[in-house]
Amino acid sequence: MILLVPLIKVIVVVLIVLGIVSYLVLAERKISAYMQDRIGPNRVGPKGLFQPFADIIKLVLKEMIVPENANGFIHALAPMISITVAVGALAVIPFGNYIVIGGQKISLMVANVNIGVLYILAMSSLGVYGITLSGWSSNNKYSLLGGLRSSAQMISYELSLGLSLVGVLMIDGTLQLDKITMAQSAGLWNIVYQPLGFLIFVTAAFAETNRLPFDLPEAEPELVGGYHTEYSGMRWGLFFLSEYTNMIVSSALMVALYFGGWSLPFINYAAMAPNLAALLQVITFFAKIGVLIFIFMWVRWTLPRFRYDQLMNVGWKIMLPLAILNLLGTGAVLLLVK
Amino acid sequence: MTNNGNGRKGPQLTLWEKLYFPEIIHGMSITLKALFRPKFTRQYPEERWVPPPVFRGRPVLVVEDETNVERCVACGLCARVCPSLAIQVQAAETELDKERYPELFEINMLRCIFCGFCEEVCPEEAIIMSKDYEMTFSNSKDAIFGKDRLLTPASQLKDRLEFLKQYR
Repeated sequence: MILLVPLIKVIVVVLIVLGIVSYLVLAERKISAYMQDRIGPNRVGPKGLFQPFADIIKLVLKEMIVPENANGFIHALAPMISITVAVGALAVIPFGNYIVIGGQKISLMVANVNIGVLYILAMSSLGVYGITLSGWSSNNKYSLLGGLRSSAQMISYELSLGLSLVGVLMIDGTLQLDKITMAQSAGLWNIVYQPLGFLIFVTAAFAETNRLPFDLPEAEPELVGGYHTEYSGMRWGLFFLSEYTNMIVSSALMVALYFGGWSLPFINYAAMAPNLAALLQVITFFAKIGVLIFIFMWVRWTLPRFRYDQLMNVGWKIMLPLAILNLLGTGAVLLLVK
Repeated sequence: MTNNGNGRKGPQLTLWEKLYFPEIIHGMSITLKALFRPKFTRQYPEERWVPPPVFRGRPVLVVEDETNVERCVACGLCARVCPSLAIQVQAAETELDKERYPELFEINMLRCIFCGFCEEVCPEEAIIMSKDYEMTFSNSKDAIFGKDRLLTPASQLKDRLEFLKQYR
């Protein structure tokens, strides 16, 4: 029983998230099409709704080509690292408060670790290994450049990413995402207290997920496909999946830290039946994630890519000082208030 | 004065532009508006484009509706003027008033460049450009259109014949 409940939770979360991911790809294609006065995929099924299945079948059936001089083992390992790390970060996200089954309270997060935020940061830092190793093992100059860029980018952004979060952690005094959510459902959302920190976090999250305007590791026009130039079939598909899973993780983290998690203002979940409340909470949480992911896509189809040196400039000369300033400001205000 | 990386001086930005975020929001408002603009996609196989009479599609041979005889007198001017040497005509004699008719008339659609010179040069208005733009063939033999595929009743080509009457 002790093992069974987490196992079921793991399976449910992974299936739901991967299902959402396949539809995010469709959403991205549709949104980009509409922003460019096109219609987008509309042939498979009604309004193109079955397009993800067609895509997945195609990816699975395609041959996975390994370049002759590539390091075969690492070449196969890299996409697995990417997807494992991306899905692993979902473990500490509180999708809702708790459900009651047979008189037992079951919390709606896979693992309630007391260092939740730290765990997510660690996982997302590991994600860069997948990209760097894939770039190196492919034995291709473009892949290598993509992998290198990815590690350089991560070093420049991880610092401000972490520092921007510290403000929130100082306010709520905990690293557990469910407690942070609880604190916000009682009072105001953290975005009210931490607008600057949020902006820095969003920018760093874009860099973290390798999305435009910071998709330097891919950079199609310069690097062919960047780190996944030499990948095809489902191995390439895994990179794709992990990119979108990373988007979900980043959005979920933003929702939990800055937008009150599963809570909504003026709605008292405690007055409702616990299972109904849990359902509403999960829906609220995913709706908030959806809005943030739409913003992710919206930005992608609006902004051009940063140049390498511009990226470093923004990372080290602007975001890092701002993050530290935010940290000092928050600390000073907290000291004055208490 | 910003250095844009290649040693040249970049454009002078105002403080507002240097803040970057307002400009991002401005850009995003443009893409958001684009989201609701009307779309131009035509659902091709279901929704086909009907070209206006000016359109120069596949050249065809006109057949009179009343007599069911083609107008062509096999003078060979079209074959002569064709810049890509796509047309081949072989003349033969006939009992009809026009005395000559094309025994063989072939247009190689792989060579045709749709310039419309054949139509312009034709004294009988016998070869004209149709509205047909959908030509597919899987081998080069199929690309040579003979009389069987070129002969088209004049009633189907009214638009183009009207157009030629008016503007030529």
